[in-house]
Amino acid sequence: MNYLEFEKPIEELQTQLEKIQEAAAKSGMDVSKITSEMEEKIKEARTKIYGNLTPWQRVQVSRHPDRPYTLAYIDYITEGTFMELHGDRTVKDDKAMVGGFGSIDGKTVMFIGQQKGINTKMRQIRNFGMPNPEGYRKALRLMKLAEKFNKPIVTLIDTPGAFPGLEAEERGQGEAIARNLLEMSQLKVPVICIVIGEGASGGALGIGIGDKVLMLENTWYSVISPESCSSILWRNWNNKERAAEALKLTPNDMLGNKLIDGIVPEPIGGAHTNHEETFKIVKDVILKNLAQLEKLDPKKRVAQRIDKFCAMGVVNEEEL
Amino acid sequence: MSWFKRIKEGITTSTKEKKETPEGLWYKCPSCKKISPTNEHAQNKYVCLNEECHYHEKIGSAEYFEILFDNNEFIELNDNLTAGDPLEFVDTKKYTDRLVDTAKKTNLKDALRTGHGKVEGEDLVIACMDFSFIGGSMGSVVGEKIARACDYCIENRIPLMIISKSGGARMMEAAFSLMQMAKTAAKLSLMSEAKVPYISFLTDPTTGGVTASYAMLGDLNIAEPQALIGFAGPRVVKETIGKDLPKGFQTSEFVLEHGFLDKIINRKELKAKLAQLLRMFKN
Ligand SMILES: [Zn+2]
Repeated sequence: MNYLEFEKPIEELQTQLEKIQEAAAKSGMDVSKITSEMEEKIKEARTKIYGNLTPWQRVQVSRHPDRPYTLAYIDYITEGTFMELHGDRTVKDDKAMVGGFGSIDGKTVMFIGQQKGINTKMRQIRNFGMPNPEGYRKALRLMKLAEKFNKPIVTLIDTPGAFPGLEAEERGQGEAIARNLLEMSQLKVPVICIVIGEGASGGALGIGIGDKVLMLENTWYSVISPESCSSILWRNWNNKERAAEALKLTPNDMLGNKLIDGIVPEPIGGAHTNHEETFKIVKDVILKNLAQLEKLDPKKRVAQRIDKFCAMGVVNEEEL
Repeated sequence: MSWFKRIKEGITTSTKEKKETPEGLWYKCPSCKKISPTNEHAQNKYVCLNEECHYHEKIGSAEYFEILFDNNEFIELNDNLTAGDPLEFVDTKKYTDRLVDTAKKTNLKDALRTGHGKVEGEDLVIACMDFSFIGGSMGSVVGEKIARACDYCIENRIPLMIISKSGGARMMEAAFSLMQMAKTAAKLSLMSEAKVPYISFLTDPTTGGVTASYAMLGDLNIAEPQALIGFAGPRVVKETIGKDLPKGFQTSEFVLEHGFLDKIINRKELKAKLAQLLRMFKN
């Protein structure tokens, strides 16, 4: 278990509990009463800390090393039926973007998402969840495949951004993302997008045009990371906490500003404390929303999706 | 045709927008250092008079409208839109103060203006970005004006040209700014469905969220020579790869070679070629 700075009180209680259990295992003493008391205290601490997260702390939770990534969600939700499909048919297979068909309660769904690595070696291979243009083109190819055979699409968003590399520029990172925005607007099948970790800028939005755009409770979504925002606006990284507040990047802010459609609750203490419960919650959310969306006529669904995005923004309009 | 009447009524005087070019002032080209009289440089459409240089000076919507629209006649669309401050954003200064100061300094309301006029007699709506307004950053006003321009073009079946010149997103509008990418792309998908031509014209610089949305979505993507065009800025790419960038990286010529531009057109030939393309779409 890894603990963030502000999770220290939880870590201390957890360490105490482990010590008691160790001692009990040696001495054979009955510690069931104190164990349950300690567990209650830990739960209380989690509830208290997680009930009052600052925006910057929420950003930290979204990057928690124990937090589950895209493939773990898909594997659980599809009960092992996931058939990963590779490649953009043009350049290569981008390992930072995964996708494929999976069954969810007997129904075929196209799953797509950025994938972060689970250890040092995989982080390199997955390019830290930062797709190249071929990743966005693979995603689009799979979305078109799903549309052709009338299968709904679920995207799971978790990226620190589209990769800003030399080859990414050569192969048209901007064009790849732009194309996805336009094509996703017109997809005739239901599209659900869920931010499960980091929703950084165009790299996130590139698979983020959906009938329902949802955010897990401890995630962020904005035009830039708080660190980069700080370095641009204040010329240093020391203002990241202030930037996180100013950007209004939390699920609550995003919902309040009508930029997303809903918030998916996480288990007490965050998704990293209970993967399975998180997956169950997400699976229920997907099923519930799919059932709703499938009732709509495809034309109406597309029109509603476009209208929703076109309503985003705040301008002053002077009387003419 | 009812729109023509509206053009006549809506003509905004061109004198106000003409750049004052008093004689006796000099322009020094930042590229080749050639010095030329300001008025001659302006007459040359702000392109360096040195034939071997052709440096395209950064210009704004007033200059592009004057260069492209016949007699500089056009009706400006939605010029009553100004930025809100939904996030009450404060960095080194308040966003609202920054807006007021910038408006005063530039005499602009935001980073994009739209006009409907004629190019060699062919109807065209031009949405042109102004880099002088907070780096041509894309906030809600830019997105909304493009969205309304698309509606107008679909309704009246008039081609659209967007002239991009932008550093990308407007930080002070954060996620609202991000969603303008989605909004403009969604509207352009409707243009596409309606088969109304959209020409994207990319000028120096076009980067970030603008590149990753409307700037790359033209039926035709056309650029000015030697413009910086990219998704990530060159400084960021350099930091990522940890070495110097190859010469000519992210220039119009580079982007054309990699297959993302249809053409590069010198500003001096822009109007004639644009009119030719408009006629080709029509006939
Ligand atoms: Zn020159």
